[in-house]
Amino acid sequence: MNDFDFYKSESIADAVEKISNHTDSRFIAGGTNLIDLLKYNLLRVSSLVDVNSIKNQSVTEKDGLVLLNAFATNAETAYHPIIEQRYPLLSKAILAGASAQIRNMATNGGNLLQRTRCYYFYDANTPCNKREPGSGCSAINGYNRNLAILGTSEHCIAIFPSDMCVALSALNATVCVTGSEGERRIPFSAFHRLPDDTPELDNNLLPNELITSIELPAKGFEKNYSYLKLRDRNSYAFALVSVATAMELENDTIKEIRIALGGVASKPWRVQEAEDFLQEKAPTRENFSLAAEIILQDAKGFEFNTFKIELAKRAIIRNCLMALNPSSQLPGAQPSA
Amino acid sequence: MSIKPLIGQPISRLEGHLKVTGAAKYAGEYNVSDLLYGYVVNSTITKGKIISMNSDEIKKIPGIIEIFTHENRPSLAWFDMQYSDMDAPPGSPFRPLHKPEIKYNGQPIALIVAETFELARYAASLLKAVYKEEKFSTHLQANLSKARKPQPGLATMLKPPPPKEKGNVDLAINAAAFTAKGDFTHGTEHHNPLELFATTTVYEGKGKVTIYDKTQGTINCQLYVGNVFGLHFKDVRVISPYVGGAFGAGLRPQYQLFLSVMAALELKRNVRVTLDRSQMFTFGHRPPTIQKTTFGSDVNGKITSLYHEAIGETSLHEDYTETVVNWAPMLYPSPNSKMEYNLVPLDVFTPIDMRAPGGCTGLHAIESTIDDLAHQAKIDPIKFRLINYADRDESVNRPYSSKELRACFIQGAEKFGWENRNPEPRSMRRGNKLVGYGMATGVWESMILPARAEAILTTEGRLIVKSAVTDIGTGTLTVMSQIAADELGLPLSMVSFEYGDSKMPFAPIQGGSFTVSTVGSAIKVAGEAMRKKLLKIAQRLPNSAFKGAELDNVVFQNGFIRLRLNLSKEISIKDLILANGGKPIKTKNFNVPNLLKLKKHSRAAHSAAFVEVEVDEELGIINVTRAVTAVAAGKIINPKTARSQILGGMVWSISKALREETISDHQFGKYMNQNLGEYHIPVHADIHDLDVIFVEEKDEIVNELGSKGIGEIGLVGMPPAIANAIFNATGKRINEFPIHFDKLL
Repeated sequence: MNDFDFYKSESIADAVEKISNHTDSRFIAGGTNLIDLLKYNLLRVSSLVDVNSIKNQSVTEKDGLVLLNAFATNAETAYHPIIEQRYPLLSKAILAGASAQIRNMATNGGNLLQRTRCYYFYDANTPCNKREPGSGCSAINGYNRNLAILGTSEHCIAIFPSDMCVALSALNATVCVTGSEGERRIPFSAFHRLPDDTPELDNNLLPNELITSIELPAKGFEKNYSYLKLRDRNSYAFALVSVATAMELENDTIKEIRIALGGVASKPWRVQEAEDFLQEKAPTRENFSLAAEIILQDAKGFEFNTFKIELAKRAIIRNCLMALNPSSQLPGAQPSA
Repeated sequence: MSIKPLIGQPISRLEGHLKVTGAAKYAGEYNVSDLLYGYVVNSTITKGKIISMNSDEIKKIPGIIEIFTHENRPSLAWFDMQYSDMDAPPGSPFRPLHKPEIKYNGQPIALIVAETFELARYAASLLKAVYKEEKFSTHLQANLSKARKPQPGLATMLKPPPPKEKGNVDLAINAAAFTAKGDFTHGTEHHNPLELFATTTVYEGKGKVTIYDKTQGTINCQLYVGNVFGLHFKDVRVISPYVGGAFGAGLRPQYQLFLSVMAALELKRNVRVTLDRSQMFTFGHRPPTIQKTTFGSDVNGKITSLYHEAIGETSLHEDYTETVVNWAPMLYPSPNSKMEYNLVPLDVFTPIDMRAPGGCTGLHAIESTIDDLAHQAKIDPIKFRLINYADRDESVNRPYSSKELRACFIQGAEKFGWENRNPEPRSMRRGNKLVGYGMATGVWESMILPARAEAILTTEGRLIVKSAVTDIGTGTLTVMSQIAADELGLPLSMVSFEYGDSKMPFAPIQGGSFTVSTVGSAIKVAGEAMRKKLLKIAQRLPNSAFKGAELDNVVFQNGFIRLRLNLSKEISIKDLILANGGKPIKTKNFNVPNLLKLKKHSRAAHSAAFVEVEVDEELGIINVTRAVTAVAAGKIINPKTARSQILGGMVWSISKALREETISDHQFGKYMNQNLGEYHIPVHADIHDLDVIFVEEKDEIVNELGSKGIGEIGLVGMPPAIANAIFNATGKRINEFPIHFDKLL
């Protein structure tokens, strides 16, 4: 890690101004991933702009919508009564991520901006197109158990590792940002990017833009929801496959359903066709199974991760069944007993 | 008044409070004055040669004191032998900064010494080498054709080669009623003790150094430093009272010791070198191993044939070996047996012992194959093992000094509820989960080595016992204090054990489950010598009631010597010291085990492990929901620290069977998950109900204490018990560790 300047910001405008006045500068909030990147020498900054003091209320209600403060921690968001009661899917997903210590530091805005956990990205002595565009992808022919099966390109098969964002995707959240040019609202589905031939870009945030809040629509699917996370140990491991299901039932048929996958692509993965297919259908294992086939129809495995295709299908079925009875969910988003 | 012996009492760790409050200092925490900080630069290629480095440029950064590389290191000892250590396998030991040649990925190529740790670390990120790369081989499976016999050497004494072939296994297999075969794959593992490897070297002037080192052997490091740097042994003092785990990684002097001492001697300054977590992946590891088994039995389940082959990895410069294939004929008598063990040398660092080396590898293959054979013969796995129970060790044709494995089976099965097991795979269920029960046997040899101990009775009547041995977190300080106290019938508060310092009397490296046996026996010998001295002084007093008494005729109780048959005849130890002219009484003894006598018996600790798993039928997710380990290890000195040892081994068993692996990328010849985020060891949520039983076992042969080591036995039987439970749950035998849940989809 090199020496750098450190600025503390008290307001959004001040933070954006400070960062615009410096080259090679980054915002820092919880720092739970940024500090890793600095220590691994994957990122060198001339200055950091600390945005932790900007926070006021972590969760607020406005005209039926709910705003998550970008600078609030994952833990205070997950345990907030409004989130627990109206958006329990989000609460469960956040609590399935990382460890208690990390969730106490990590912020909502930072969660959206964490980098991939691909081993080659973190090893500066191996080629990686995300880290060093044009150097090549070591993972395609390397160890790729924890990497993507959907939306990959010949340049990159990294995944986006968040749990929280899988729920935000299912809830159709909106990301609110402020930059030198003013404020913008980005639908969640348009926030993260597929690698294509620019894998170095994880998302569509412009330089010097700061995430200020995340807006949740009024509908929270608090009656029928479930988050399931499958991984190599029961806690403190990134998802191999995770599924968020948000469902609205009416007269034993599905009025609306959202199914988002984590651990399979460079963004939370949703397939409109599958959700449309389930609309007005009975919530049965057979129907969920058919939907799972649609969601995974374009999946492509690599040497060590082909199992994810079958695993994801089974996880979708189980999680949709768990959503029918949310009390069957276990701590750590483990499979129902 | 009778005193309850301290041996056998569940006494809490004496240093526990210091450790949990942070008051216990570890090697990298000694803040001596004028300290310089060294940071290591590691090679980024796997094989080749350094052509040039930009050290001159980096050295100009203010605050950088020196950069040591192969080009400017001091001239050092010439011969390989001088770089050897107590645990060196046959071959040529690795010498840091010796030459520009790169032998493995992550090899230390420079030490940057700076005024602060942060500056040294930053400079290390700027130091670049230009290499000439060569082709390398790091993949065991791809190089099995290079397998060859290991070179014999001194290490062979503790790691015997496979036993001789008996009968004809091929003929016996053809005639067998039941045959079980398996191919077993184990990957690389790294020890990852919580404490980072660190050395703080204090430069005392005139070629004299005091070294705080993370190690499992203070004297081992003292001899190494003396030999390599040409210092008098008396001028090298290595101190290591607290070790935050090591698990074998500290058995040999690691390169941070060399680099710290080299820099301190060259700069004539105090220098600390701390390795980071990823650098912990740049020296010894548990080697990947490939195994094949073919076992056969007759219709009644009596084993007729045992074949076990293992191929392990080693480096190109040393032949590291493990005892992988010797265990089956030790546990199961068979008229026909053949065991083979070979090595494939690759472009990696030399492997090093890691908790239960060889045993937890080999027993996995053996106990899973036995389970398969029992399943085919439709015989309960415990009954099958009883049919083939060895009262003698037939691999060497000797009786066991003691072996209460049968009691382990009985007591373990009862505690676990083994009778509720349905032997039919996939027959037990709980909601979405398949339930499986599995069991396996564990065995670990009980070794003893020579050691010296000193006992001093102070003028206040306190007993001080000294040994250079370390305490790697196992409870050595506590149990040695218990053993010493009982020697003179003193309460624990009157005893101090001084240890972890090369100035103390000789102890070998701490490993192999032989520390209690080795150092404990030396303390007993020193204690007996002390009692003799005290009795002699008592006899010299005027009108002594002790005249003519033998050592057996007296007892030592709570600060007094008393006649066994007339306890009212007593003299206080304080009076004996006064009679000694008010001077402390000292004894120093060397305990050399009587090998001729010991060799008449096989000596080993045994265990039976019982495991319940739940496997999600649809998703494959595996949880070890309950486990019981019953251990027969002779006299248990401290049931509390002993239980912790076994529990630690059981947690590690879950790790080994289901979690832990170093991921190699053979495109680059390197390890890819060099951090605790991605090197998966179990978390709390992975650990459920664990129970430990120590069965009664009397052993008058194994050593003075009748006690067998327990450091490894908790990790030998349970990994195969987990694999066997998964078979019982799912009908699938997964012979590759760790078992990834997706294999069960």
